[in-house]
Amino acid sequence: MLSRTAENLFWMARYMERAESTARLLTMGQRMTILPGATMRDEWRSVVQVTGCEDVFGRDGVIRESDIVEHLMLNPDNPSSIRACLGRARANAKSVRTALTQEMWEALNEGWRKLETYGVADARRDFAELIDWVKNRAMTFRGATESGHLRNEGHDFLRAGGALERAQMTLRLLDVKYYVLLPETEVVGGHRDHYQWTSVLHALSGSRAYHHVYGGSYSPRQITDFLMLNRQFPRSVLYCFDQIAYRLQRLAHWHGTRTAANLRSEEMVETLSRSNSDEIFVRGLHETIQGKIVQCNRLGLEIAEAYHFG
Amino acid sequence: MTFSEMLGENGDVRDCYAVVQQWVEETGIEGLHRRLGEAEAIFRRIGITFAVYGEGGDPERLIPFDLLPRVFTAMEWQRLEAGIRQRAAALNAFLHDVYHRGEIIRAGIVPADIVYQNKAYKPEMANFSPPGRVYSHIVGIDIVRTGLSDFMVLEDNCRTPSGVSYMLENREIMTRMFPELFARERVAPVDNYPSQLLRTLQEVAPPACKGQPTVVVLTPGSLNSAYYEHSYLADLMGVELVEPADLFVDEGLVYMKTTCGPTRVDVIYRRIDDDYLDPLAFRPDSLLGVPGLFHAYRAGGVTLCSAPGSGIADDKAIYVYVPEMIRFYLGETAILQNVPTWQCGRQADYEHVMAHLAALVVKEVHGSGGYGMLIGPQASADEIEKYAARIRANPGEFIAQPTLDLSASPTLGPAGLVQRHVDFRPYCLVGRDIRLVPGGLTRVALAEGSLVVNSSQGGGVKDTWVLR
Repeated sequence: MLSRTAENLFWMARYMERAESTARLLTMGQRMTILPGATMRDEWRSVVQVTGCEDVFGRDGVIRESDIVEHLMLNPDNPSSIRACLGRARANAKSVRTALTQEMWEALNEGWRKLETYGVADARRDFAELIDWVKNRAMTFRGATESGHLRNEGHDFLRAGGALERAQMTLRLLDVKYYVLLPETEVVGGHRDHYQWTSVLHALSGSRAYHHVYGGSYSPRQITDFLMLNRQFPRSVLYCFDQIAYRLQRLAHWHGTRTAANLRSEEMVETLSRSNSDEIFVRGLHETIQGKIVQCNRLGLEIAEAYHFG
Repeated sequence: MTFSEMLGENGDVRDCYAVVQQWVEETGIEGLHRRLGEAEAIFRRIGITFAVYGEGGDPERLIPFDLLPRVFTAMEWQRLEAGIRQRAAALNAFLHDVYHRGEIIRAGIVPADIVYQNKAYKPEMANFSPPGRVYSHIVGIDIVRTGLSDFMVLEDNCRTPSGVSYMLENREIMTRMFPELFARERVAPVDNYPSQLLRTLQEVAPPACKGQPTVVVLTPGSLNSAYYEHSYLADLMGVELVEPADLFVDEGLVYMKTTCGPTRVDVIYRRIDDDYLDPLAFRPDSLLGVPGLFHAYRAGGVTLCSAPGSGIADDKAIYVYVPEMIRFYLGETAILQNVPTWQCGRQADYEHVMAHLAALVVKEVHGSGGYGMLIGPQASADEIEKYAARIRANPGEFIAQPTLDLSASPTLGPAGLVQRHVDFRPYCLVGRDIRLVPGGLTRVALAEGSLVVNSSQGGGVKDTWVLR
């Protein structure tokens, strides 16, 4: 397979995953602002912090929902915005049309210009509908991939890219919780804290699954355990790491050579699977998350190097 | 009077259009419009668009599609096919000749200057024989009709004729949406074109290739107006679609960069102009291209399809000599006639053209795509005067032809069927054998009375049926 094709597939999956993740992040931010006792300020700021675009908004002042919708949904120049991700995924797809099935292409091509027609006011009005639409685009794309794409090396690049992006977004969503400072009258483990934790689960469509695993009670440790370490929940960090390592093993098999990316991905699985949520809290959730994000970034670079990406 | 494809010369529906006629009556105009909307939605979703340079608005436009097929009888096709094959063979023989001894020039049939002084002539190709002596592997021949049995060749395309993806997609859409039509009429299939193309390309593998040749399609990239077609053909042939940056040359052999490291490439179906193929051989200022590619080609390490310099055979100044080429190389009489053409570079022709500008179509010798033409009968006095000044300044750059009354085919208009002018481009494949699928691309001028069918100028396309 052409290196350019592999690179495009890898990134196409990442952009689609990122579009969906950004949509989920927006849902979570909005949910947090309408929770009892919300300040209408820190909630959105935490979203801004985890997407790494605090510079755009400045460190002080109120961040309004309209600013967020503009920047994370509509702004074509922000690489994390939904519009930019959908556009880039399609541009990548267009330059590797031959490596995609017709249905995958259709999933990326349909409605790719929809957000161009939206202003901030309209996008806020149709917020819920647009978020659902974005999630549907991503799901349709994955469904088309699942049901029709040849299981060749291109498929492994696609799935590795998707899993890597997803792991990072679950990490970021968990980190939002860290950034939301509790009002002074609240205690850790109080009502508001509880709502915020459940918002994270909700944004990752994991509420029901969580109950299946842990029964009716919520606790930060259990939620962290679920989102970081559960091997069955497909948005958990460990599940994604397992996927990445598996896809990279298949790639090593196709090419008959193991690379630095294999070693790192397997080590990432190994370390995380030996961990538990108590340990994570002792070490610090935020610090753990930051460490994992750095590992993911390094892995991305090693994959690019191993397969001669431009 | 305009020849009507459907109504023939006496106004009765021709037998070959009986099924179409019946279908239109059953479906009704409103029904046809509804189905057309569905077809367009499918085209856009699939992504069959073409880019138009230098215009605002939608950067990826749909080429307008007309639901009513254009129909050829088996007899008509038999004659067209013989004429097309003959022409493709003669054009390739001509190319081999002008890059070797130039017998046709020595024989005084074609003047030396219009060959050797021509920008499309590539001296770098002299004394080199490509595999199978094939230069133009895909020959697109534009054919117009003016009467029941009057077919004429308007121009030849020997470089990289585009549009074949529309031929395939138009048929695909028609069979998907109207399977009942194909149950009623025996239409010859065209869907084996990609496999025929692949066979043709494999047949011209270079001497350095042992075993099964690796074929690729070379595209300038996804911003090219015909990019969809490049990816579509690569896909249907099951070969890689590469960009220049994916290729490199090492020791006279060509490789593509893959996830497994370098992989040999034997045959390149290139959809890039000669000038941008190899900066070392052609345009040193080009940022595109694969350095060393042309050297590898001449050394027998790779085959380029079409061969650089093939454009000399489809130049409009050369066009007038094609019937004589057929006689010279094949010893046959041309089955398909040329359109009578005046060459403004000749004194007598020049005088005739200047005196009859209002009745003629004048074209630039090197122009393409329907740009830079004068259509005398439709031009204002002012436009004619301006164009005349250009001809006077450089007569050798222009040819003129009578304004042809192109045949008209029934086309879906807002209120019912209308008659619109059409032309026809079949795609002839030349490898060790010559192959031709029964069909081609019918282009239709959608504006009333218009004779310009180019997609860049508002033309549309139709499915083309050859009956068995």
